[in-house]
Amino acid sequence: MDFYGFEPSSRLFLGTAQYPSPAVLGEAIRASGVEVVTVSLRRESGAARAGQGFWELIRSLGVRVLPNTAGCHSVREAVTTAEMAREVFETDWIKLEVIGEDDTLQPDVFGLVEAARILTDSGFKVFPYTTEDLVVAERLLQAGCEVLMPWGAPIGSGRGLNNVFALRAMRAHFPDVPLVVDAGIGLPSHAAAAMELGYDAVLLNTAVAKAGDPARMAAAFAQAVAAGRAARDADPMEPRDMARPSTPVIGRAMLGDA
Amino acid sequence: MTVSIELNGEEVSTEAATLADLLDEKGYNGAVVATALNGTFLPKGLRAATPLSDGDAVEIVAPMQGG
Repeated sequence: MDFYGFEPSSRLFLGTAQYPSPAVLGEAIRASGVEVVTVSLRRESGAARAGQGFWELIRSLGVRVLPNTAGCHSVREAVTTAEMAREVFETDWIKLEVIGEDDTLQPDVFGLVEAARILTDSGFKVFPYTTEDLVVAERLLQAGCEVLMPWGAPIGSGRGLNNVFALRAMRAHFPDVPLVVDAGIGLPSHAAAAMELGYDAVLLNTAVAKAGDPARMAAAFAQAVAAGRAARDADPMEPRDMARPSTPVIGRAMLGDA
Repeated sequence: MTVSIELNGEEVSTEAATLADLLDEKGYNGAVVATALNGTFLPKGLRAATPLSDGDAVEIVAPMQGG
C-alpha cells in the first residue's frame, strides 16, 4: 500500500517537535530509519530567523516532509497554511488538521471535509487527521483524499488505541485505502497493535520526543512497527475462550494413579 | 511614503512600497519564508508586484518543528 505513489521502507512516520535539542531530533530520525517526518510553519522574525536552521537540519537528513496545518481552527486558516507550506517545503503533501475542540484536539470533521475538497481540487495530496467515524471517512474519500489518518487517542495523550473496535471496523470497511494511525500513541506496543490491525503506518511525535532517550525510543518504535506489520502479513491466529494444550496429549506417559 | 501595517501581529511602520521591499527592509533577505496578505496566501513570485497599504496584515512564516 503506497501513499500517493510513495512506498516508504519504514512504516513509522515521526513528528519533529518537542525534542530536547535539534541534535537529539537528528539522532532520533537516524536511529529509527524513518523516511517521512512531519513539519510545520510558524511566524518568522527577520532578526532571529529561527526557522532557517531547522529547515537546514531537516534537509540534511534526506527525509520526505509532511507539512501540517496544526493549530488551524478554520477552513480558511488551514487552506492558507497549506498553500504557504506547499511553497516553502516544495511538496504537495499536506497533513490536514482542522481542530474543533481544544481539550481533546478533536478534529472539526465538517471543516476537515470542506478544506480537503478545496485542497485536493488545487492539486494537494491530503493526509487528513480525522476520527474513526466511517461516514466522515467516506466523505473524505469523496473529497479526493487517498489516505486517511484516524486518531488512536487525543494528540499528546499517549493513551494508545482508544477505540480498537472502530479502528478494526475502519480497516475492514476500507480494505484498499492506505490508513495511518495518527496521534495518541504512547508505547511501541501501541504502534505494534495498530500494525497488527492492518494499518499501513503509524505517525507519532510526543512518545519519542518526550522519552528519556528519544533516539533509543525511536529505534524501539521502528522495531515495533516492523514487527506488527510482519505479524499482520503472517496471518495471526484467532483468539479463543477455552484453553487448548499446545503440547500434544497423544503419547503422554501414564505415570499417575489414573 | 510611510504606511502602517501589521506584521506577524505587531504594528509596524514601513517605507517599503511592496511586500518584496518589506522582506528586505525587515531582514528576511534570502530566508526561506512564505507570505500571506490579509489572510490570503501570496506566492513568492507576486511579492514584488504587491503594493502595501495602510492597515494591511502581513504574515511571514518559516519552517518549524511539527507533529
